[in-house]
Amino acid sequence: MSSYVRYLLRRIGQFVLVVFIGVNIAFFITHATPIDPVEQTISATTSFGSTSPEAIALMRQSLRDLYGLQGGLAHQYLAFWKRVALADFGPSLSAFPTPVSVLIRRALPWTVGLLTTATLISWALGNLLGGLAGYHRNSRVLRAAGVVAMGFHPIPYYILAFVLLIVFGYVWPVLPITGGSQMNLPQRLDAAYVGSVLLHSVLPLLSLVLVGIGGWFMGMRALVSNIVTEDYVAYAELGGVSPQRILRSYVMRNALMPQVTGLAMSVGGIFNGAIITEQVFGYPGIGSLLIDAVHAGDYSLVLGIGTVSIVAVATAVLMIDLLYPLLDPRARVG
Amino acid sequence: MWRVLRDLLRTNRAFAAGVVLLGIVITVALLSFVSPYPPNDAYVVPPDVPPCWAYPLGTNSRGQDVFWQLSVAIRNTLLFGVTVAFISRCLSLVIGLIAGYTGGAIDRLLMSINDTFIVIPLFPILVMLYFVLRDHMSWLLLALAMAGLGWAYDARLIRSVAMSLRTREFTETAIFSGMTTRQVLVQEHLPYVLPIVFSTTMNNINWSIGLEVTLSVLGFTDINTPTIGVMLYWANQHTAMVAGIWWWIAFPVVLVVTTFIGLFLLAVSMNEFIDPRSRLDRVQG
Repeated sequence: MSSYVRYLLRRIGQFVLVVFIGVNIAFFITHATPIDPVEQTISATTSFGSTSPEAIALMRQSLRDLYGLQGGLAHQYLAFWKRVALADFGPSLSAFPTPVSVLIRRALPWTVGLLTTATLISWALGNLLGGLAGYHRNSRVLRAAGVVAMGFHPIPYYILAFVLLIVFGYVWPVLPITGGSQMNLPQRLDAAYVGSVLLHSVLPLLSLVLVGIGGWFMGMRALVSNIVTEDYVAYAELGGVSPQRILRSYVMRNALMPQVTGLAMSVGGIFNGAIITEQVFGYPGIGSLLIDAVHAGDYSLVLGIGTVSIVAVATAVLMIDLLYPLLDPRARVG
Repeated sequence: MWRVLRDLLRTNRAFAAGVVLLGIVITVALLSFVSPYPPNDAYVVPPDVPPCWAYPLGTNSRGQDVFWQLSVAIRNTLLFGVTVAFISRCLSLVIGLIAGYTGGAIDRLLMSINDTFIVIPLFPILVMLYFVLRDHMSWLLLALAMAGLGWAYDARLIRSVAMSLRTREFTETAIFSGMTTRQVLVQEHLPYVLPIVFSTTMNNINWSIGLEVTLSVLGFTDINTPTIGVMLYWANQHTAMVAGIWWWIAFPVVLVVTTFIGLFLLAVSMNEFIDPRSRLDRVQG
């Protein structure tokens, strides 16, 4: 019992550290660089037409206020933590006066939905096929699957999404290539809307799964092909345990543990991929919001999304870590 | 060393394929040194000519020869990947070896920081960096930022090897013969770790090129230094796909995918070679 508590405390400590370091990086990148975001916004908004000096001074004042940039660096630092704690990043400049938190809350479900589905599909499918490929080493079909998975794996999310966009947008236009759902449908829970959401998620999902599956496949295949040489597997075989049962409860079960740890370690990377994929397909999630915010010069929104992503990814990792003892009895009692 | 390479080429098909693919890419990159046009000059050739004898990969809407543009771009892209990989390798070697060898509180501290960097999503951070720097964003700055953020995963790997090396007899011999910690790490442990470092280098180059391409395509880097991503950025700016100038997009994509698969195959086959179990497996089967 005490080791379980210690495990939980260590994981929660790690979560706190991730959030702490992540928010610090976000703060120092945006506050401690010699370039002043206020002056940038001013020069961007006053480059067309002439504005009186008094108006510019007023604008400078209110922008400093809005961005939380008044006072010294230490004061700003504390104010920034307060903003993070309250999840209040002020109003967005490009969608004034909608608060940044509302924009993020609107986009977050799309990203979470896409990301969770894609991760679960690629993790489950990759592990299943990889386990089979490691166990049945002479199967031609599984070997071919391995080659395909390995071929897609090293391609970055952007390139693959881009190629899919071209293939299904220009060469063979059968799937919707942009947006999260059909434009003119009302957002309510009926067959038409849900169907349209699913249809629109096919391509983003496909690109995330195609890239993601290879890593799990190869990891699982390597793990399984090592485990099948263990004595206890040979013993089970000699004892007449059916091959399915050996694969399921003797081999895969043990190989799953490092794969769960691997999942926790790769959440950040998958999140990067989801952001990029969203942008390619114009999916209305965090990624598209972030990139639009950069193009619009929306300082509060960029800062808000950056911070929220760090906290969200850290939370996802913590959740996987907390599930881990369910799988591994050693973390429960050992 | 050479014998190992020769044996790998003979027995390991993945390694051979990786060498061939990467050889093609590097040849294209080296050709940039004999390019007839300065890379940033526009309208040196007639625009939008499809692939033909005079312009084997066609010309783009900015009046540049796609082939020569591509060779400069892939050179810069590779150089970027190698720079990031080199700097981050140094970081992960130092941190991994120290953490693995010293153990205890230092190890726990370093690994907590390490795990933090594994988890933190880098893309939003790099986007924030660009957002603040804008026109001050340069090739080198991006490389430094990515190296500073991308060392963690491999530091953990190196640490695990260093931990097992610490318990080996030769380490004790070295300590008893009066070597300092630094000497033990550099002279005794480093040679054992280097093969793994080589294989992670390939993966790290892949990772950094992938991120660089992504950031450039979105226009979040210095768009005046031609790289594969910047090339695609300009193609998108000129809506090349809609205009039917497919060769402006297809060839950079094909070349960069070749690079990825080549590097990846090298990494995988080296990994297999390093691991004695899978090497034995290959010899037997």
